[in-house]
Parts: sequence; C-alpha cells; structure tokens
Amino acid sequence: MIWEEKIECMPLADLKNLQSERLKELVSYVYKNNPVYKKKFDMTGITPSDIRTIDDISKLPFTVKDDMRDNYPFGMFSMPSEDLAEIHVSSGTTGNPTVVGYSKEDLKLWSTVMARALCCAGALPKDKIQIAYGYGLFTGGLGMHYGALEMGLTIIPTSSGQTKRQLKLMQDLRPRVLACTPSYALYMLEDAAEMKIDPAKSSWEIGIFGAEPWSDSMRNEIEDRWSMLATDVYGLSEIIGPGVAQECAHKNGLHVFSDVFYPEIIDPETGKIVPEGTAGELVITTLTKKGIPLLRYRTRDIVSMTNKKCICGRTSPRISKIKGRTDDMIIVRGINVFPSQIEHVLLSVEGVQPHYQIIVDRKAGRLDEIEIHVEVEEKIFSDEMKKLQDIERRIQKELESILSIFAKVKLVEPRSIPRSEGKAKRIVDKRSL
Amino acid sequence: MKITQISVFLENKKGRLYDVCHLLGKNNINIKALTIAESDDFGILRMVVNDPDAALKALKDSDIVAKQTEIIAVEVDDRPGGLAGILKVLEDNGINVEYMYGFVEKQSDKALMVFRFDNIDEAIKVLMKNNVKVLAKNDVVKL
Repeated sequence: MIWEEKIECMPLADLKNLQSERLKELVSYVYKNNPVYKKKFDMTGITPSDIRTIDDISKLPFTVKDDMRDNYPFGMFSMPSEDLAEIHVSSGTTGNPTVVGYSKEDLKLWSTVMARALCCAGALPKDKIQIAYGYGLFTGGLGMHYGALEMGLTIIPTSSGQTKRQLKLMQDLRPRVLACTPSYALYMLEDAAEMKIDPAKSSWEIGIFGAEPWSDSMRNEIEDRWSMLATDVYGLSEIIGPGVAQECAHKNGLHVFSDVFYPEIIDPETGKIVPEGTAGELVITTLTKKGIPLLRYRTRDIVSMTNKKCICGRTSPRISKIKGRTDDMIIVRGINVFPSQIEHVLLSVEGVQPHYQIIVDRKAGRLDEIEIHVEVEEKIFSDEMKKLQDIERRIQKELESILSIFAKVKLVEPRSIPRSEGKAKRIVDKRSL
Repeated sequence: MKITQISVFLENKKGRLYDVCHLLGKNNINIKALTIAESDDFGILRMVVNDPDAALKALKDSDIVAKQTEIIAVEVDDRPGGLAGILKVLEDNGINVEYMYGFVEKQSDKALMVFRFDNIDEAIKVLMKNNVKVLAKNDVVKL
C-alpha cells in the first residue's frame, strides 16, 4: 500500500514543478521571517526573485549545524516561539544542544511523512505497532507515534528500555510492527532467550529500524532470528525527525520524500553536486516547513543517491544506507557522541588531563559499548586503589550524565595511547557495520 | 620511624611488572618488600626499596607514573595471634589500616610488615606506647 500514491508516484516532471513552486515560496518565506537567512542572502547578493526553479537551489547558501548552535535557541526559526506547537531538543556537544520546533502544520507534515514511511515499510491500517524508540525530547518516539496515529495503527507506546516487559507485551498484545534502533532489536534476543521465548515465533513481522548506522549483516541477523522484515528509516531532528526517507519491502535504498525534503548529494570539500550514484554528503532543504525551515542543511551523513524508479512504483530518489560521517561524531545506541564532550568531562575532573581514546565496540548480539581510555598522570595517581577507582567512577558518572549512556572508563599508562604526528588518535571504532 | 614506599601505576599488560623490576635492577635498586593491588584494568605496585629517591628518579625517567608515600614497618611476633595482637591495639585506638603487606626478609626471629595508615603519626604513637617495635629507616636499608 502507498499512503499518498498521487505524490509518491508522481511523474518526475510534475514532481519537479511541485518542488520548484515550493522552493520559491520557501525562499520568500524565510527571507521575510528569518533575519539570519536574510543576512546570508544579502551578503551573497541573492534575492528571492533569483530562485525560479528547483535547479536554482544551488545558488542558495548552505546551513550547517553551527548555524543552529550560534543562533541558539530560536535564532534559526522563522516563526515566533510562542506560535510553535512542540519543541524538541537533541543532544548537544560541549556547547548548546540543538533546538527544533514544529508549528501545527509542521506536526501535520511529520504525521504525513511518517505515515508514508510506515506504509512504505509495509504496515497496514489496523496493524498494531510497538514503538520502542524513546519518547520525550528525542524525536524518534513521538515522530513514529504521530505517523502511526495518522495511519490508523493501534499504538503500543512502550518507549525504550525494560526489555522483559517489551517482550511480554509483544507476546500478549501481538503487535505486527516493531519500531526501535536496530541494535536494540538484536539486544532483545538475549532477554528472549532468558525468558525462553522463541524469537522466530514473535508477533513482529515488520521492523522499522533507524537512529543509528547499521549494516546488512545486522539486517540479516535480525531478519533470520526474529523472522521479520527489517527496514531502514532515516531522519534527523533538524529536518523533522524520523520520516525523511524509508526503505520499502524491496530494501533497495531509502525513498526520500523529496516533495517536502529536497535532497542533494555534494562533495563535502568543494560543496559541488556529485554525479548520480557517487557517495557524498547528503544536503536537505525542507520545502514546506514553517517553524524552522532550513535551506540546504548539511547532514554530514555520507550516502549515494539514485533517481531510478523503484519496483514498488515510488518515483522519489532513493539514498543508500549511511556510509559514514563527514565529521568525527560517532553514533552509539542512537546517541550522538562527540569527542569534545568527553574531553570536556575529563577536564572537569580535577587533575585529569585530556589524553584519552574512545573505543566503540559491538559484540555479537549486544548493544554498542563505549570504553574511554584515560592516561594516568602523576597528579591523580595514588598508592590507594580506592582513590584511583573513585576517579574512574567520577568520570563515568559525569560522562553518563552528559552522554546519557554508560561509558566504561579505563585508566591506562601515560603515552600508551598511540599518537600519530603528535596528535592522538581519538576514536577507535571496532564495530563492523 | 617513617619509611618511604614507592608506588607504581601498572596497566594490566603482559610484561609490565617485568619492565619495572628490570629497570630497578639495572639501576642497582634492591626490592625489600612488595605487593600488588589490582582492579580489572590496572594494578598498583607498592614496594620498599633500599634507595627510594633513586628508584623514583629511574622510574620517572622512563615515563612510568610513580610516587612516594610514607609507611611504617613493624615487627610482628612470628606465632599464632602475632598479627592479631597488633591489629587489636590499632582497633582499640580507632586507627584504620589502609593496607599492609609483608617483608621478604626478617631482621630477627620476628616477621616484618608494612603498614599504611591515613594518620601515620598517630599510629606510630599508639604502637610505640603499646610496645610494638616500629623499625627505623636505617634498619630497613640494612636488611
């Protein structure tokens, strides 16, 4: 089933006209309502009248994460904050978190694109859906919720965590659809084994997995063991949250809902569009958002894109799974982790020097694990074990409150962290994605 | 009365203890007593050596994290209940032992133990008052 067949299967020429109309409106809207964008336009000498078709989009300036931080909290909005219907906040780095907001119309848009995504994954009205993404400031839970509501699914909003209860409810309430992070889907296998549940007999037939990078081998494992279809959903809070792109049952790329989220793939170094099929940074323009519309937002996710029509009939372009990140941010259990956050915590613990290394690992069937190796300096070294262990604990506690996930801290000898050309290698990602 | 102990940070890595002992040997430093405290990830090597200043210098020159701490060495009767007798004195006087370990060698027919206290001066006072022999620095070097 295709939720909005008229739009999702629109002939490309018509789609282009629609995108062009929407872009023109968007540009005048932000020019009029957002001083930051107006300044960007005025500085580059571009006026809204220079934008006539979607192809003119390359004349527009990029928007980057720093624009959001520098204009914290509401500077990038095109609407007074009191007119917003909902505000979400995503994990920040050492500085400010990223604040996004939705007008009532934006929430309607979110509901629509998420309904399209759920439908694209194979959900049908009257299906039950277990939403095991976190509810709250994180966009995952509520975004899925709005889409499921729009589609007429029966929602079981379990949110994240409490695995045994998730499994009990799955057995008793028999939801057909599961939405959570892919690593959580694998993690639940262990609890299922403890509870003597045969995963192959689970009620879940379709999984909508996202919020972190995952591989085809993870997909195979989830599909084999849970005996379900595992689909990939893509989104980011700056654009809308989940619901930017979604795989259909053919699992041949994620359909970008390009009538509302216009995708471009650029070379992250030069900013120029790369040829079709070449990997580059995904850039998205929100064509119809009102609260915080963004022009050419650089997602820093590396993907490739194809415009070929999919067997399912949808005409919108498809992006590959995320192949990497343009910066050194790591995503662990759906949470963005920046080395600078860890550095900040280390410096806040007295006497600790920021000589550290982040090791991310994912053992088979387990959630991602972070270990932080911290070099011991004379200032913090003690002949008493409890004092050293106390330092480890203090750093762990501080990290957990900043990152919202547990990171094991391990004290190591000075200069034991390999340095290349005087600069330490900060991240060792052992996950085979 | 107080003796200088050297403590060293050791990662739980093969050959690390050898490295440290080898380094000290090369610098003609003799280990008189030694213990290792360990966690999952690392250990703390604590030792009494004949020349703590030279030991510290040698270790630091090799980028090994080390420091000096004051401890005392106490004679313990080499018989059942010998150690218990000393611990009772400490307990009766509210003195907390951080950790303790034994010497390799003996000075007399009595055993020798290293004690680490939070309040070392108070501990020395209490032990001496109760006729427990606390060794002088020179006694240890001569061992």
